[in-house]
Amino acid sequence: MLTAALRKELLLQWRTRSQLMAVFVFGATTLLLFSFGIGPNAEMLRTFSSGFLWLGLLLSSTLTLSESFHAEMENRALEGLLLLPSDPRALYYGKAIANWLQLTLLGCALVPVMVVLYDAGTTELLKLLAIILLGTAGLSAPGTLYAAMTAQVRAKQTLLPLLLFPLIVPALLASVKATSLTILGDPMHQSRSWIALLAAFDLIYWSLCGLLYGRVVEE
Amino acid sequence: MKKAYVFIALGVALLLVGSYIGLFVAPAEEYMGQVQRIMYVHVPTAWNWMLAVLFAFGCAIAFLFTANTKWDARLEAGLEVATLFAFLLCCQGSIWAKPTWGVWWDWDPRLTSVAVLLFAFLGILALRGFVDDPQRRAVWSAVATIIASVDLPIVYYSVKWWNSLHQQQSTPQTVASQFHLPLRINAFGVLFLMIGFIMLRTRIANYRLAREMAMPPIGGEQAGELA
Repeated sequence: MLTAALRKELLLQWRTRSQLMAVFVFGATTLLLFSFGIGPNAEMLRTFSSGFLWLGLLLSSTLTLSESFHAEMENRALEGLLLLPSDPRALYYGKAIANWLQLTLLGCALVPVMVVLYDAGTTELLKLLAIILLGTAGLSAPGTLYAAMTAQVRAKQTLLPLLLFPLIVPALLASVKATSLTILGDPMHQSRSWIALLAAFDLIYWSLCGLLYGRVVEE
Repeated sequence: MKKAYVFIALGVALLLVGSYIGLFVAPAEEYMGQVQRIMYVHVPTAWNWMLAVLFAFGCAIAFLFTANTKWDARLEAGLEVATLFAFLLCCQGSIWAKPTWGVWWDWDPRLTSVAVLLFAFLGILALRGFVDDPQRRAVWSAVATIIASVDLPIVYYSVKWWNSLHQQQSTPQTVASQFHLPLRINAFGVLFLMIGFIMLRTRIANYRLAREMAMPPIGGEQAGELA
């Protein structure tokens, strides 16, 4: 059931790939705008590059997350899915994994933009990929759950960030810190403990949100 | 109903006594001077804020297990009181921090955790405002409260790692005995005030729930008149 749900989500995302492209352009634009907030100071931009990357990713993530339940709300498709003789958790994890992959793709696409704009490159690409994977996992688990709630109410565009942003503070902090250490150098090997914190955050929220999802969508 | 007012009156009385002792009887602290006296309201507020968060968390879990709307009313009260106390904590802390540290705000783990949870709870209260179906509102805010409360220790420790510049927490061993009495009196004052607030707020929430659950009046004219 999980694979079926995941397959459905991925197919849906593939067929609306122009939307992902638009979100990427949005993210790249925010990265461009952040540099206007600082001014043309190359050293400072490089120092803050990882923070900008994650803020850009976070802002874009609210768009993809809220969009992920858009299709379910049309013609009450979510109710139809819940009538299937299966665990609603499979639906949740299918959607959360699909969102996770989409955000990872988005994060990887934003890295070159960051490198070009802020001159913040690194050779440890595998480590950077691991951080992006863990960080976006932290965004997508609670993000998918909250999107399930806010998709069904008025003012969803405002409510999702309002609920999600305070919650993911630890994940944001750890991702920014780990990315920044990877880019600017890590003489004390601190990034490992930040990655561990991210992994712990992911573990807690991937299990907790899966447990609670059934209650959120029940009628 | 009367009990709530008894608690509030008791809380106000204790706060008056405790604050009098704290302001006029207890000696001024050697290094921080008069500013330190804000501790007599700040620390009790902090303790009771933690109790209010725990209360809201407990109500959320109790609601998910029992599906009794009484717990939803209590959850609403707990959320609002916790939000109020978090806001008060940020204000009192800033008033204390400006003359002591020279800045209004510092990225101290306790300060940051309170601020993060303040915004998280404000978000949940906003969610409650936007959901019209009482059943859904209750379940969703219980779920959101559990998720936000679980975040509190993670935020605390991550900010602690992130910014290791903070001062040690005070314990009875590190605080001179003259400071104990007003602190304890005020702690109970704020506690009683909080219990009174929660009771009153629960009552209002219960009334509103009862009105929402009640069948709408039959006939369009009556409904039109009410609107």
